[in-house]
Amino acid sequence: MRIDCKHVWGHISAYIDGEVDAALRAEIDKHLETCEICSAVLDSTRNVVVLVADGRVFELPAGFSQRLHARLERELAGPS
Amino acid sequence: MTAPNPKFEVDCIRRILAGERQLFHALISPCERAIYFLLLSLLRNEAEAEDAAQETAIKVYLNLKNFRGDSQFRTWVLSIARNEGLGRLRKAGTRREDSLDADTDEQTGDYTPAILTSWREVPSEALERQELGTMLRKAIEGLPEIYRNVVLLRDIEEMDVRETAAALGITEGTVKVRLHRARAVLQRELAPKLESFALPKKGLFGWFK
Repeated sequence: MRIDCKHVWGHISAYIDGEVDAALRAEIDKHLETCEICSAVLDSTRNVVVLVADGRVFELPAGFSQRLHARLERELAGPS
Repeated sequence: MTAPNPKFEVDCIRRILAGERQLFHALISPCERAIYFLLLSLLRNEAEAEDAAQETAIKVYLNLKNFRGDSQFRTWVLSIARNEGLGRLRKAGTRREDSLDADTDEQTGDYTPAILTSWREVPSEALERQELGTMLRKAIEGLPEIYRNVVLLRDIEEMDVRETAAALGITEGTVKVRLHRARAVLQRELAPKLESFALPKKGLFGWFK
């Protein structure tokens, strides 16, 4: 079976997460060797996933933890 | 996010219930980020999400004796957070009760990626430029809610598929489908804009994953 670009795109997320089976992975890898479009789509998708996972993109509001634990402290100090 | 540590959690819960209440701070701390961002995704308002996060933490404390240990502690905490968020949305009348799952799963959207012929890696160091973070946040905030929740737990909080499914009350298959679509939408939206943050020449400094 020779897979086409659309087929590869349909599995990109699973491929990045290592969730495609060995046979399909081999097919995709073979396709990627010769298809610069799919290689670029894969690289850019993976790059986006890595960037959004960076802790600097979504940060807790300043003072969030202190306020949370101060409120908890009042609760913990109350009657059981 | 801090990786869950079931042994610590079980021990901690036992001791809290036996009277060492102060240990609750250490128990809930590793879940703070996920609680807040799940609620922010649902409520789309920082002040409300923070208040709901505090309520969630208090509810977790008050219901600690009901934790059965048949799921991960964090999963249980996040389902409490989700219920807190959904309860607030219902109260505010901002949406139908079933919209979380009814949303767009059945639609056959266009998930064709942005077509490129080459890609120059954007290194994490580029996040020192604030406009990059803003661009990424905007793209995620612009996703339909059912996709945003999954991206948030799976890619941002780095939870596994099983835990994400349990926290959101959906199947693992649905998590995978939504994640796939969300990533395709993000790639299509972001790839053309990310170009200006890429390194000048591929591989020059060895930025390879």
